[in-house]
Amino acid sequence: MASGPYSAKVMDHFMNPRNVGEIEDASGVGEVGNPACGDMMRLYLKVEGGRIVDAKFRTFGCGAAIASSSMLTEMIKGKTVEEARAITNRHVADALDGLPAVKIHCSVMAEEAVKSALDDYARKNPA
Amino acid sequence: MPLAHIFFDHISTTPLDPRVLEAMMPYLTEWYGNPSSHIHDQGQRAVQAVDAARAEVARFVNANPQEIVFTSGSTEANNLAIKGAAAACAKKGKHLVVSEVEHFSVLNALPPLRNRGYEVTTLSADSDGKVDPDDVRRAIRPDTVLVSVMHANAEIGTIEPIGEIGRITREREVLFHTDATASAGHIPLDVREAGADLVTLSAHNFYGPKGTGALVVREGVRLDSQIDGGFQEMGFRAGTENVPGIAGMGKAAAIASSEMGEWASHLRRLEKRLRDGIASSVTHLHFTGHPTDRLPGHVSFWVEYAEGESLLLFLSVHGVMAASGSACSSNLKGRDEEDLVASHVLRAIGVPSDICTGSITFSMGKGNTEQEVDHVLSVLPGIVRRLWEMSPTYLDYQKKILQGG
Repeated sequence: MASGPYSAKVMDHFMNPRNVGEIEDASGVGEVGNPACGDMMRLYLKVEGGRIVDAKFRTFGCGAAIASSSMLTEMIKGKTVEEARAITNRHVADALDGLPAVKIHCSVMAEEAVKSALDDYARKNPA
Repeated sequence: MPLAHIFFDHISTTPLDPRVLEAMMPYLTEWYGNPSSHIHDQGQRAVQAVDAARAEVARFVNANPQEIVFTSGSTEANNLAIKGAAAACAKKGKHLVVSEVEHFSVLNALPPLRNRGYEVTTLSADSDGKVDPDDVRRAIRPDTVLVSVMHANAEIGTIEPIGEIGRITREREVLFHTDATASAGHIPLDVREAGADLVTLSAHNFYGPKGTGALVVREGVRLDSQIDGGFQEMGFRAGTENVPGIAGMGKAAAIASSEMGEWASHLRRLEKRLRDGIASSVTHLHFTGHPTDRLPGHVSFWVEYAEGESLLLFLSVHGVMAASGSACSSNLKGRDEEDLVASHVLRAIGVPSDICTGSITFSMGKGNTEQEVDHVLSVLPGIVRRLWEMSPTYLDYQKKILQGG
């Protein structure tokens, strides 16, 4: 069901967000945004053998922020670290069948969250 | 599809009363004349309709009919009041006083004046959104020409002390403009008692049609017209009158004059039920606006750890239509992210900026029922909980509690 300014895909991920939660022994955690700016996302990754085997998130934010977070976790699960790093905000927005112009920053937050979580993973697992 | 269809957003607009539509219909069909071309029957009918509406709107606010200037709505009326008075009084001085919680159609009328050498003093509101009349007194200078303080605030419902402000402006011989868009038709408004020289009214905010408003211009007040053209509306506002809209505004004013008291007592009951219900079922909740001096049927609040647009979106999925001072939701049609700013009203009353995005305004109308209030109360706590469960900030808060922090 599309609602207001959002696509049916956004509404589906907003109403039924995938992978909400946290991973206790996460391989990497990323946190981006700031409640003062209206949104904040925390992303937990479980990496095994260079591949993301699990991803969970918690997000404070608008419908687009929650949907972007949910979509991102779906997109990165099963991907290698390198593949996940290549994901851009555009990929997330497209997978949601688009976002209103003023909400593009929500998909940027998702992109930044995965990079931040992978940076954390890299710090904990120096090559 | 939503099961319910509950409109709790009357502060944005109200449904057209069927009696108003009935009063408008003849001027949308059979009587299409232009009041400026009144030698013939068609034009005469239009003149009569506009005159009758002018008399009704005047009675509604205790003004004289010749003091009612019809406009396209309150944005135009606010622009005419601020810019028109500033221009007409430029010889006396170039200083204006406004409150920081005014509508954008007042606040955004100021930069063009500043560019032309006018100075503006902006009055702060207290944490309930009230303007202190003593601040008005202190802000008035010898070169002050106009004070503008709204009658009631749409976002937080607070009613301003316009009677006291009017006494001060009278005493100091300064013009007083009050924007009564949110209040007219909901609480009594007597422009003489208020001591107001200029009063903004909007028809669609009291069950009338969109596209019609009025500026009450007290006799003897000079204004420079902001639209050049013919001599309609006593020379204050050029352009062929919106006859059906004006007829509708007249009818809406007549209905509100006689029924407002009834509506208000109904709305106070609903307001109490909703407010008490929310207070007892949702924690981390803060009501905004003045606790008692507020618009009937208006309940506004913010919830910690829950973002405003998400709340609205979930409410909407449950068939409940409300508004938010939320950065995100109110500017969805904005051109870019720069438009995503937290509400100036919430910042003015000192709500922390990380919270400004979380405010909700429920504004009920005469057609709402207790059953609808109960439906809202049945869904709101669950919506808040769902958002908390997704929120990293709520998680941190809970961990702190568990650690005994």
